[in-house]
Amino acid sequence: MTRNFKIAYKIVIILLAILATVLLSSAILLILGADIWRTFYTIVITPLTRVGHLTEVFVRAVPLCIIALGVAVAYRSGIVNIGAEGQMAMGILGFTSVALALPDLPKPILLPFALLAGVVTGGLWGFIPGILKAKLQVSELLSTVMLNYIAAQFYSFCLRVPMLDPVEALSGAGTPQSARLSANVEIGRITGRLHYGIFIAIVLAVLVYFFLWKTSFGYKMRASGSERRAARYGGISVPQYITLAMVISGAFAGLAGGIEIAAVHRRAIEGVTNNYGFSAVVVALFGMLHPFGIIPASFFFALLIYGSTLTPRAVGVPANIVDVMQGLIIIVIVTAQMVLQNSYLEDKVWHWYSQKRGLKEETK
Amino acid sequence: MNIIINILAMTVPFSVALLLASIGEMFNQRSGVFNLGCEGIMAMGAFIGMLIPFSIGGGGAVAAGWNYLGLLLAAVIGALMGLFFGLIVVTFRAPQGIAGIGLQMFGVGTAGTLFRHFVGGTQSIPGLSSNPIPLLSDIPVIGEILFSHNIVVYLAFLFVPVAWYILMKTSWGLEVRAVGTYPRAADSMGINVNRIRYEALALGGALAGLAGAYLSVCQIKMFSDDLIAGRGFIAVALVYFGHWKPVRIMLGALLFSFTQTIQYNVQGLGINIPYEFFVMLPYVVVIVVLAFTSRNQTTSPAALGKPFNREIRT
Repeated sequence: MTRNFKIAYKIVIILLAILATVLLSSAILLILGADIWRTFYTIVITPLTRVGHLTEVFVRAVPLCIIALGVAVAYRSGIVNIGAEGQMAMGILGFTSVALALPDLPKPILLPFALLAGVVTGGLWGFIPGILKAKLQVSELLSTVMLNYIAAQFYSFCLRVPMLDPVEALSGAGTPQSARLSANVEIGRITGRLHYGIFIAIVLAVLVYFFLWKTSFGYKMRASGSERRAARYGGISVPQYITLAMVISGAFAGLAGGIEIAAVHRRAIEGVTNNYGFSAVVVALFGMLHPFGIIPASFFFALLIYGSTLTPRAVGVPANIVDVMQGLIIIVIVTAQMVLQNSYLEDKVWHWYSQKRGLKEETK
Repeated sequence: MNIIINILAMTVPFSVALLLASIGEMFNQRSGVFNLGCEGIMAMGAFIGMLIPFSIGGGGAVAAGWNYLGLLLAAVIGALMGLFFGLIVVTFRAPQGIAGIGLQMFGVGTAGTLFRHFVGGTQSIPGLSSNPIPLLSDIPVIGEILFSHNIVVYLAFLFVPVAWYILMKTSWGLEVRAVGTYPRAADSMGINVNRIRYEALALGGALAGLAGAYLSVCQIKMFSDDLIAGRGFIAVALVYFGHWKPVRIMLGALLFSFTQTIQYNVQGLGINIPYEFFVMLPYVVVIVVLAFTSRNQTTSPAALGKPFNREIRT
């Protein structure tokens, strides 16, 4: 097998995977009777054409990137975190309660303290599935989903009762939201709604890279994930690292929630989590579970998420189309990975290819 | 007393969606496939199920036949999605957990997209009316709890012994169990492992689709994006709870729907706790139950979650 063939084989598989995603989403668009080309154009190209659109894409990329980094740490350690949605909600509650309780602290103290509260509450919410998996072998896929629903209910309870904006309570409108937070917890904006949180995301990506690949801690976590039994034989306490990975993952989601409130919404409202927790799983997989892959991946998916909000008006396609695409992308990625790892299939294709080429040369 | 009868009379029909979906999931897992996409299949089933009577009657009353057609088509769509999942995890041998999450997102997203396009906003449908069984439904207390529901409820509970029979007493059931326990041995006995897994996935998908349609046509009588609300995942958890046995799964489904119905009777019970905590309750119960049942699962299908490749020696 030549080296060129191997590279070409990989590229062809990846192209086929992209083609499969596009074709399958087109099939759904076809059922809707929508203009397929214009829909894709609206989702992928239109947001790039105006600065106003572009900043909105970046606003969505920040939480996606931060959460996806956490998801990747967990995934590399052998535990799938699909509970980021709930961890983010709990992080928001932690952040908001500190910000509401101590509004008069100076900014250099209050902002880090409130973000830390978000990190801690998110981490605690991640600790539950982590410890359940490590000690009692509870499938994290199920427990995190359940915790998402629990967190969502708790979140709306908090906004409706203990954190309810006094103004809303007085006016009787009762929109479930907290009071506007003090200016001392705000993260500044660069332009539009684009905020400095984007630098936090990039710094975190670099930190995660160093943590996973340049420290023994990260090595042990990756070892627990890739070959559990060998890791245990090597003296690594796998359950401990699995729990820790989930705590880290939850902490990232909590931080993303805190930043989202501090920079974008400036009060806790409904719908902040916006399915970022699930999209981040796709981002992490699409970014090949590597921090430097996750940064572009989070931009790409932020593009899809923002672009899909434009489709209802532009081409009459419901915004839910982005969920369809994300689901398909997950399926296609995991399938393509298996095909790429299948050396037997590669061998077969090589034989077929070389035979065919051999025949051609003979006829020449 | 009245309120207890009320709760129990709601518990039985509310458990049907969970029951059907988890019996289907049981067949999947018995064949060795962990289908976490159940939630997505249920969403698609729920949408198709309500679309048929809605597009015929425009939200008004329709002949019962259209409702049944909706249920049937939901089962067909569910079976197709099960086969699609089979293509991913059986033929391509993708990791089942994460592929299931993909199928869930795809199913929920597609159902939501098509719903917005073909129906628009939230629309309720009259749905299937209840068919109390004559004589039996006149028995005090028991009649109201067990025999005054719609036909699907009776059929679903009748299906429990049928599922047990299929799994334990037919040769196909034996093949499913063989494939899920020791696929290599089954393969050497001339059983086509992949084919059996595809068949189990189609059956499981059909039941999940039907479960979704039951929610939209018979129980809630409308469709919305969060209609399924994690029932697909609870169904998967129920299979663990029920140790892959139909009757125990049925008991589990009743237990869970009991905790779900409490939230509708909070005011009647005179409990002064915010309702969000009652909505949480079933999910908390799932986690607690999983914590107690996940360890030492000696009865679980041995090949659960493991793709089979006859070309690789293991």
